Amino acid sequence: MNKQMTTADVVARLRDGMTLGFGGWGPRRKPMAIVREILRSPLKDLTVVAYGGPEVGMLCAAGKVKKLVFGFATLDAIPLEPWYRKIRESGSLELMELDEGMFQWGLRAAGMRLPFLPTRCGLATDVTRLNPEIRTIRSPYEDGETLLAMPALKLDAALLHVNVADRLGNTLVTGPDPYFDHLFARAAEACYVSTERVEERLQLDAAQARFNTFERYLVSGVVEAPCGAHPTSCPSDYGWDMSHFKRYVASAAEPGGWQAYMEEFVLPGEAAYQDRNGGIERMAGLPLPVF
Amino acid sequence: MSDTPRFTLAELMIVAASEAWRDNGEVLASGLGIIPRLGAGLAKLSHSPELLMTDSEAFLVEEPIPVGPRGDYVPKYSGYMSFERVFECVWGGRRHAMVGPTQIDRWAQTNLSCVGDYRQPKAAMLGVRGLPGNSINHINSFFVPNHGPRVFVAGEVDMVSGVGFKPERWDDGVRRDLMDIRIAVTDLCVMDWQGPGNSARVRSLHPGVSFEEVQEKTGFPLLKAEGLGETPHPTEAQLEIIRRLDPHDLRAAQLKGNPPGIRPAA
Repeated sequence: MNKQMTTADVVARLRDGMTLGFGGWGPRRKPMAIVREILRSPLKDLTVVAYGGPEVGMLCAAGKVKKLVFGFATLDAIPLEPWYRKIRESGSLELMELDEGMFQWGLRAAGMRLPFLPTRCGLATDVTRLNPEIRTIRSPYEDGETLLAMPALKLDAALLHVNVADRLGNTLVTGPDPYFDHLFARAAEACYVSTERVEERLQLDAAQARFNTFERYLVSGVVEAPCGAHPTSCPSDYGWDMSHFKRYVASAAEPGGWQAYMEEFVLPGEAAYQDRNGGIERMAGLPLPVF
Repeated sequence: MSDTPRFTLAELMIVAASEAWRDNGEVLASGLGIIPRLGAGLAKLSHSPELLMTDSEAFLVEEPIPVGPRGDYVPKYSGYMSFERVFECVWGGRRHAMVGPTQIDRWAQTNLSCVGDYRQPKAAMLGVRGLPGNSINHINSFFVPNHGPRVFVAGEVDMVSGVGFKPERWDDGVRRDLMDIRIAVTDLCVMDWQGPGNSARVRSLHPGVSFEEVQEKTGFPLLKAEGLGETPHPTEAQLEIIRRLDPHDLRAAQLKGNPPGIRPAA
């Protein structure tokens, strides 16, 4: 069994109009090498489901996004994601804006093959008013409480970036927080994982094995992509790249800024991308952020 | 009296913020932003050692971590609190968060999503983030570094992200008893929503600020809380803890011009 493939192989399996979930959180551990491959492709009309970081802004800037299912978009140290903002303010996006907790609840429902899961989150806010397709339900027990029925967020594909994987699809997330990648993997018809390092077959001790957060049967493809989360962070390997973020943010304020960013960083491919960010040694050595 | 202020407005607000976490019991204290975070740390190191705090990433600590570059400081972890566990904590109600919304209205509803029309907003902000879930599940307080009518809006906030006390927003059968909105610490005063029918009140005014000024800079009517007085000044012991928690003086950059705690006479 060998699930190894390239970013191009992954994108070849995606179709216009698909619902794609992106793992990570804000500017942390995003599958950016796969995102750049999508940016180079003709793929369009996507529904993007994410705890949003620069992948959301970039896919919006490139006109790939029909609908955004999200709770936020941010670069953390730079709070407002510039391209998300710009495209959001143009009024061209369909939106399903959700509480962060509702979001993981919807992924969980999908992973458990349930139509919905109940929660109080979102009640008495505009989240329910603006998303009338989200219904409430009455508890069938004595309390009779009215609860929000968070619908399953089913994904056609989940795209994740991890620290280590093997060719069978076993993965390790070695940073302090696994975020919700495991729920994205479970909610998806297919899950493609880019990784800092690929091994033939993981052979771990018990302490290392606890960094495995979802099963390999969920993984359809493994892509070797060193520094593939750049410019986002990939704890415990490297931090985010503030100088790149600043460059990216500036592009949103320049006429033709997105095209220039594409030409400089995306279109020439991943090897040129590394060169233009100071080389893979610099990228792999970016310090982890201090919170 | 010396011309040099003994404390800054930021330090006064840190002390005021720390009071939000007094007598909360064993809850996770989440201060989002430098001043609220220092307030939570001050609370834990002074009056409320029972509070739980994180390293602002994924681990619990019993000793609040200084903000900014850590130098030789090595955090001492006491437990784990990933984002997934934060939701478990939030939904179980054992948390008090202090956040800085973009807009707050007379009903204590908050907005972090966008300003203006929802479909084509004048300004897209962060998104609702965790506000809907936080606000309906556990204690919340607010931090406002720029008290004015653009934050404390005249009507309803443009996108209700966090729940408040507006009855029309609550459908039959929805539990309202789990929400608990405490205070807003602003650069002018400390407010709450404990007036008749959860109307907004000023609890204390910062030195040199009048009730009339606060009212003028607020888009909705305010009441004076019983015993309305001056916001307590930081003590030397509190300032010492604040300096320890903020060795690089990041607090000085949080308010425009880093004003003194006692406003100079005009």
